[in-house]
Amino acid sequence: MLYDLKDVRLEWSRFSFLSGNYHNVQKMSVTEMFSYIQGFLSADQDVREDIRKVVQNLEQTAREILTVLQSVHQPSGFKEIPSKCARARELFCTVRTHLAELKTKFPAEQYYRFHEHWRFVLQRLVFLAAFVVYLESEALVTREEAAQILGIEVVREKGFHLDVEDFLAGVLIMASELARLAVNSVTAGDYSRPLRISNFINELDSGFRLLNLKNDPLRKRYDGLKYDVKKIEEVVYDLSIRGLAKEPESGGDK
Amino acid sequence: MNKREGEGWSRRNAEAAQEREAHANSSSPVIAAFKVFQQELDTRHDKYERLVKISRDITIESKRSIFLLHRVTNVPDAEGVLNEAESKLDGVRQKIGQIAEELRGEDIYQFHRAFTPGIQEYVEAITFLHYIRHRSLISLEEINARLVFMKTDNADPKGSVEAPPSSAHVLTFQVTPADYLLGVADLTGELMRLCIGSVGNGDIDTPFQLSQFLRQIHDGFSYIGNTGPYEVSKKLHTLRQSLGKVEDACYTLRVRGSEIPKHMLADVFCTRTTHMDTEEGMV
Repeated sequence: MLYDLKDVRLEWSRFSFLSGNYHNVQKMSVTEMFSYIQGFLSADQDVREDIRKVVQNLEQTAREILTVLQSVHQPSGFKEIPSKCARARELFCTVRTHLAELKTKFPAEQYYRFHEHWRFVLQRLVFLAAFVVYLESEALVTREEAAQILGIEVVREKGFHLDVEDFLAGVLIMASELARLAVNSVTAGDYSRPLRISNFINELDSGFRLLNLKNDPLRKRYDGLKYDVKKIEEVVYDLSIRGLAKEPESGGDK
Repeated sequence: MNKREGEGWSRRNAEAAQEREAHANSSSPVIAAFKVFQQELDTRHDKYERLVKISRDITIESKRSIFLLHRVTNVPDAEGVLNEAESKLDGVRQKIGQIAEELRGEDIYQFHRAFTPGIQEYVEAITFLHYIRHRSLISLEEINARLVFMKTDNADPKGSVEAPPSSAHVLTFQVTPADYLLGVADLTGELMRLCIGSVGNGDIDTPFQLSQFLRQIHDGFSYIGNTGPYEVSKKLHTLRQSLGKVEDACYTLRVRGSEIPKHMLADVFCTRTTHMDTEEGMV
């Protein structure tokens, strides 16, 4: 017997289902009905309140990580990239505990019901994870890797997971951060980095071209990618007409 | 010189782009990853579109049942109309069964936005039918209890209330409390129309029953207040207007009813409502 019982509230439905005939379901007066619904709504609000508290902590930690990583834009920061990444990875431990706490606040199969509450912060966290991975290895973080850094699942069926749209949004935030990094690395005298970033971003751009995006927030964000690409190309152009860039071969894409 | 260099650059750039393209189309891990994303997003969007389509059909059919039910007041064979509406709603329920089928193993709330308009319309229709039959508000549980579908191997959805045979899947669809609430809010508009319509037919009792019922619903919504979803508070305003119209109608009936013969009352009332409607239009 295969029940598609996916909701906590289903219990009573099954009860009325087993009781045989819907006419036998206990009749409720209008007032009773509304107070029943009201009970449901206030329970819902309590859950949201709990979630909001945890999400606030998550946002706090995300800001801390961002502050650590922002220092790579400083001229002095370029030498410290490995240590900054290590520090960021330490902070991701806190993220994992927060997310583990968040999981306990609502039934796992109602992820999308409360999705809006953590969507923003999760995208930020994906961005931060992707940025760390890029700074370490100059490669695009995979979805599995990102989920692992955050201590969550990839597949929906397994519990609290990383939605593909959130992952992609996070990657797009990273693209604009990299455009900034290209500019600042020139200022700091690192002329080869923009070329590597350019290769990377171009690959990312052709990846996004493969997607058939609907007219949704993700699409809006994607529309910004071309400006990032343009900006990086300008940096590369400036470097090459001045002979500051080495040949792309030496830049090498990973 | 400057120009030549520029040309040289642009050509090199184009070559690089081509190279990149060729490179990208080969086995780059990034491209491979994005191909997976493409597939996942396309599947999701397709499902969403299918649900929107079903929801549209549900909306249309429910609206038709509501129109049909409004005919109840000026047709001698009320029972026939009710049965016809009931069978129309059976069709709607089958469509909801399709939604349930689409949502099997999915998170309902992921696609909730796709089908919520249809479900609200269905709630409106079924509550309206139930009110005309039983003069009471159908409960959320009663609605949900009728949205249980048996899926046998020949994929024939039917709303069944028997004990499930072990070979078939049981699919259920849950109307969320928020959808129920919004559907009930829409119902009040229909009740107002029913009230005005029934006076036109010289029915004196129905308006009073309706005003009492509407008042109960209004009290219920006031009790929920702003704990509910945002749309509820928007609909509360319309609800107040409907209630006001019905209460005015009852007032007129009471005041004028004692002095005008019954057969003329309808005329008085009709002129009054048209007057109110034009006022409404100006606002």
